[in-house]
This record gives sequence, C-alpha cells and structure tokens, in this order.
Amino acid sequence: MAVLKLPYLATAAVSGALFGAGLYVSQMVDPLKVLRFLDFTAIPTGGWDPSLAFVIVPAIVVMFIAVRIGKGRTAPLFDTAFHEPEYKRIDGRLIAGAALFGIGWGMSGICPGPAISLIAFLPDNLWIFLVALFVGSYAGSAIIPSGHARRLADAQ
Amino acid sequence: MESFSPLSAAIGGSLIGLAAAVLWLGNGRIAGISGIFGQLLPPAQTVVWRLVFLVALIAATFVAAKLLPGLGVGGNVRAILVDAPAAWGVPTPIWLAIAGLLVGVGTKLGNGCTSGHGVCGLARLSLRSLVAVLVFFGVAIVTVTVTGVV
Repeated sequence: MAVLKLPYLATAAVSGALFGAGLYVSQMVDPLKVLRFLDFTAIPTGGWDPSLAFVIVPAIVVMFIAVRIGKGRTAPLFDTAFHEPEYKRIDGRLIAGAALFGIGWGMSGICPGPAISLIAFLPDNLWIFLVALFVGSYAGSAIIPSGHARRLADAQ
Repeated sequence: MESFSPLSAAIGGSLIGLAAAVLWLGNGRIAGISGIFGQLLPPAQTVVWRLVFLVALIAATFVAAKLLPGLGVGGNVRAILVDAPAAWGVPTPIWLAIAGLLVGVGTKLGNGCTSGHGVCGLARLSLRSLVAVLVFFGVAIVTVTVTGVV
C-alpha cells in the first residue's frame, strides 16, 4: 500500500514543513495581518495591507507549473494515480459552505492553515478555536461524507 | 501600509506553492488544509500521511520562527488572536468559538479553504474553486466591515 511507504510519508512531511515555513515567513500566522487585508474600508485611508495577495499569487503560480508538469505524467512519483477532487458541481452547498467559511474567516482572521500552524505558538484562546473548528468540520461530515468511496457516491 | 511586506510575503507564498507542488507531484494529493485536517476521523482511511503532514507543518512553523525571529508574529512578536469587537457585547472565547465552528462547517460543506480552493484550485483552473474563492473572499471582506473586528 503506497500510503505507508517511506518516500510517500517523507513527501508528506516535506510538503507540510514547506507549508508551515511559508505560513510563518509570509506572516499569515498573524490573524490581524490577514484581517488588515480583508479590511477594504482601510484602502482610502492608506491603512490597507495587501500582503495576502502577494502571498497567494506566487503560491498559485508555483502550483500552476506543478499541475502542468503533472499533466504530462500518468501518475505521481509515489502513488498509482493523481487524486483529483471528487466534487465537480457548482451548487448551493458549495456557495453556502464558502459563505459560512467567509463569515468565520472575517470574524477571526484565521483559516485552517494558520489555525494549525498557530499551535507552534499557542496564543491564548487558540484551543477554543481549534476545538470549534474540529467540531464544525465533523458536524459537516453529517452532510458531506467522510472517506473517498462515500464521497464519490455522494458526488454523482 | 505600515505592516505591508511584499518580499517576505512573496517568499512565503512561493514556499506554500512549493509545498502544494511537492504533495501533488509526489503523492498526487491536494494540499488543502481543511481537507487534510477534516479527514482524520473514521471512516477516513488515510490518517497516517495526514498526521505526518500536520505535525511537520507545526514543527516547521516553530523552527522557522526560531531561525528568523525578526519576521514578526511568532518570532519577536507574541502571537495573539483578535478580541471580539466591543460593540457586539460577546465574550472573546464565544466569538472565536463561533468563528471556528463556521470555518469548520463551511470548509467541509464547500470542500475547501484558502489553500485547497485558493491555491490548488485556482492553479488547476477549476471554475468550482474560482466560485468558492470569490464567495469566501467577498463574504469575509463584508464580515470584517460589518463586525468592525479590525
């Protein structure tokens, strides 16, 4: 089984490490910095922080190149197939989910990546956010099934 | 503009893109944190790599802050979460619990967050991800304005 081989797990570790380093270097670990990007009312006064755009655009460009390289291959290096996202439809559930996420993100300045990376610094109240995040995600599993086979059936 | 930092933002963003590239070309997996985090409980069958990824992410955040403390929060500056806006009369822990619940439910229903839809989805030219990104950025911008949390 591919998922327990050392190169496979080492790849997951390298990817996670690059991700965590990127979140710190870009300072997306700082909820206030994220909120200063989302605060468009500060644009006229010069208080707006466009940093988040300077983070996400290079990230997309690097990943875009990787996706192009992947298209020339039948499989990734350490598994038998690329795991494309199961859901393809643009429907009410996608819109509602993205909207609920947007509210929570705008309230806190914390999306899932920074939420996890902040465990490195243990700011006050982080555990409350993380428990709620986990509970919310698990509650959502009542609607979106957990597990590949079940999601594939659900996505039809 | 006092906190604007384009160079470190672009370097950090490139590292995040590289993280997504490594996971995709190595293991054929999307580096979406809500997806990796949200499938840790049964009946998920791929728990080991997800845990390895998340532990490495936390460890690298910690190490990067120790190596480069001058970059700011987590280094020389203590990390803090926001306080609930005073005008709303909600205690901060309740405010953060509601926010966390909404992020958890929303990313599960929408199958992705800033990394899964925002970085990987847009890089894959997914129309579905573009819709998700426009909705969650738009709603978050409105939310910041309405709540006055900044």
